[in-house]
Amino acid sequence: MEPIIVFENVHFNYPGDEKESLHGIDLSVTRGSFVAVLGQNGSGKSTLAKHMNAILVPNEGRVLVDGIDTADESSVLDVRRRVGMVFQNPDNQIVANVVEDDVAFAPENLGVEPKEIRRRVNAALRLVGMYEHRMHAPHLLSGGQKQRVAIAGVIAMEPEIIVLDEPTAMLDPQGRREVVDTAFSLCRGKGMTVVLITHHMEECIDADRVLILSEGRLTADGRPEEIFADKALLEREGLEQPETARLLRELREAGMKFPGEALKIDDCANRIAQALQAEERSRSSWQKSSPKS
Amino acid sequence: MAEIITEKLSHVYSAGTPFESTALHDVSISIPQGQFAAVIGHTGSGKSTFIQHLNALLQPTEGRVLLDGQDINKDKYTRRDVKRKVGLVFQYPEYQLFEETVYKDIAFGPSNMKLGKEEIDERVREAAAFTGVSEELFERSPLELSGGQKRRIAIAGVIAMRPEVLILDEPTAGLDPAGCAQIFENIRCYREKSGATVLIVSHSMDDVARLAERIIVFDRGAVVMDGTPAAVFSRAKELMEIGLSVPKAAELAVALRDCGVGLPEGIFTHERLLAALLQVREGRKC
Amino acid sequence: MLRDVTLGQYFPGNTVVHRLDPRTKILLVVIYIVALFQAQSWIGYGLVTLVTLVCMALSKIKPSSMFKGVKPMLFIIVLTALLNIFYTEGTPVRPGWIITWEGIARAVQMMLRIILLISGTFLLTYTTSPIALTDGLEILLSPLKKLKVPVHEMTMMMSMALRFIPTLIAETDKIMSAQKARGADFETGSLIQRAKALLPILVPLFVSAFKRADELAVAMESRCYHGGEGRTRMKQLVMRPRDYIALVLGLLFLAAMIVLKRVGL
Repeated sequence: MEPIIVFENVHFNYPGDEKESLHGIDLSVTRGSFVAVLGQNGSGKSTLAKHMNAILVPNEGRVLVDGIDTADESSVLDVRRRVGMVFQNPDNQIVANVVEDDVAFAPENLGVEPKEIRRRVNAALRLVGMYEHRMHAPHLLSGGQKQRVAIAGVIAMEPEIIVLDEPTAMLDPQGRREVVDTAFSLCRGKGMTVVLITHHMEECIDADRVLILSEGRLTADGRPEEIFADKALLEREGLEQPETARLLRELREAGMKFPGEALKIDDCANRIAQALQAEERSRSSWQKSSPKS
Repeated sequence: MAEIITEKLSHVYSAGTPFESTALHDVSISIPQGQFAAVIGHTGSGKSTFIQHLNALLQPTEGRVLLDGQDINKDKYTRRDVKRKVGLVFQYPEYQLFEETVYKDIAFGPSNMKLGKEEIDERVREAAAFTGVSEELFERSPLELSGGQKRRIAIAGVIAMRPEVLILDEPTAGLDPAGCAQIFENIRCYREKSGATVLIVSHSMDDVARLAERIIVFDRGAVVMDGTPAAVFSRAKELMEIGLSVPKAAELAVALRDCGVGLPEGIFTHERLLAALLQVREGRKC
Repeated sequence: MLRDVTLGQYFPGNTVVHRLDPRTKILLVVIYIVALFQAQSWIGYGLVTLVTLVCMALSKIKPSSMFKGVKPMLFIIVLTALLNIFYTEGTPVRPGWIITWEGIARAVQMMLRIILLISGTFLLTYTTSPIALTDGLEILLSPLKKLKVPVHEMTMMMSMALRFIPTLIAETDKIMSAQKARGADFETGSLIQRAKALLPILVPLFVSAFKRADELAVAMESRCYHGGEGRTRMKQLVMRPRDYIALVLGLLFLAAMIVLKRVGL
């Protein structure tokens, strides 16, 4: 359980802002894990993300990425090549007129050999399923496709961590699925550490860990099953309980028994079907045995 | 009053060039006065093109759009009038804010209608109240406010024209759950008090299921389903096949039926799903 | 509709002209312009016209698309022609007229000169992608870096501008529609009224352009952009035999034009 990103008592406020945006964050992200960060607009989620690749540095406390202090100006590039960032608006992070030229941007900045850049660009585009579109103009792609190009653009740096800052906020449901699936495949398939910042709860249910950020403080930290089962916590944070968790909770209150939580639609349906069958079985066996008694 | 009818409406973009593409094909629909209808479909299904026809921002390649029986594209004047009667709130409307103060920005629409000062003032205050924009913000610059506030100011700018038909294109896109809930509440409230016809484009199926009386589904430029939420969401499987999401409760109902739980049709809200499940449980008991 | 406007003007293709190195093409255009200004007589203009037509044929660019490029300049072309017709001294076409034979000849030549100038440069932008063009420019201008001219930054800015033109056009279109829906009127009224009516478009456009610039800068920094130093290129520009042949032909053409001028033709 080796930590790859460590926040130690991080405080931050934007110049000219009286209120602190981050209020003493302590956090350690395990290498290869998938961490989702939830929070309302203005809770400090983006500020947190920008601390992970030295776009912002703490006023107090420190952030270590793979052991490197982000405040050390001489190693800024070392931090950024380890942490790829994907932002909310796909239009504002694509720099080139052709998809493959855009993906090549980061390795070009790092001074990678041309042949190696070509290899990485092709590999990255294949990984996100955009290889067929490599010669297209980005402005003609759909939102989900643009975001996948943006992801390819950071994968081409061969980073160890990918931080996605509300990558799905401007997408339709189909685009959202494309992007979230890609993020999960990078973590589960390629072993990358992924930090996904979002306000769509259904995007977090497969994560290893969910954090809730509120007014610059971490107010919850746990496995998705724990967090989403906690009705009081969610209400306090202005979040609605996912339909699956809510249904199981209310059925439980009505007297049904379920082992553990199930956040995915299929799992939840299975649980309920099994519970109904189990009830029936116990009842029929009870009915069979009752005449004797 | 304000009834919208489209007759065999078709629209082709860039006709006669290599980029020609049909965005709408043969859409005939009638939306009666006071209805709350939702338009759903994925990006590129033609739904945005459709709503831009309803206030004459786009002209049909073929077919007609009628407002109260009159062709809205008859001449320049009807085209101008229809923009006052049919208010259109675009996606990410906060990008249209431009005035120095919130008050002036909300007043932009009514001032274009050449109304008197008092009338404008009354409408601005009324629209601000509908959208929960506090009067304390009136003298602030809209550009320094939060995303959710800007969104509501932009919506107020359209409501201030007192449209008989209010059309909103994904009014909650990009907002957090609290912001979404507030916008939907504002819209519900406006509709209740004004009796206006409301047409909303949204991906947020749970809210659509809760609020709309009617759902119109677009796919590849045509209307493929049209009916009450119960009717449309009872075809949840088909909707999922054309790449649309459905309310979580409807999706769960589909999955439960696949697991052999005998649920009735037309379940699309949490309350109905819970009630139906408890009923199944009771039924098995006896 | 604004979205119908073609900007950037690149027509993808796979002809010899398309495949030439952008540096070659930029140099050839410079040679072409110098050669064009050597032309003094009908023979000279005839030769330049011929060369232009051959290049157009080689690049398979339709004359109609060429004409589209010339059209916006039509006013200037006609104006120059008129000035030349009326202000050149010589033998009047009829006794007493201001119009002279020399004037007509000059007018035609001036028109030809402008049309050829536009066609030559458009041939470059029609057959070269904006990226290749800025890359070529950056390398050609790189000696200026020694004089502390920020060549990389300038070409980077050019390519960014090209990248964002379609985005900003789409955005303008959207803002215009939104303001029209609020009853804004861009089509009627006096000139001042119309200029005022642009404010609801320009303000949001600027606000969003600044926001985009801000976000883009952060995104570029995140992807390790730190200026031109130590930067490599995925697509290396390579001069091939055809580039050298093209350059030699260009120089021969220039020499021919200079000789023509020397012998007074």
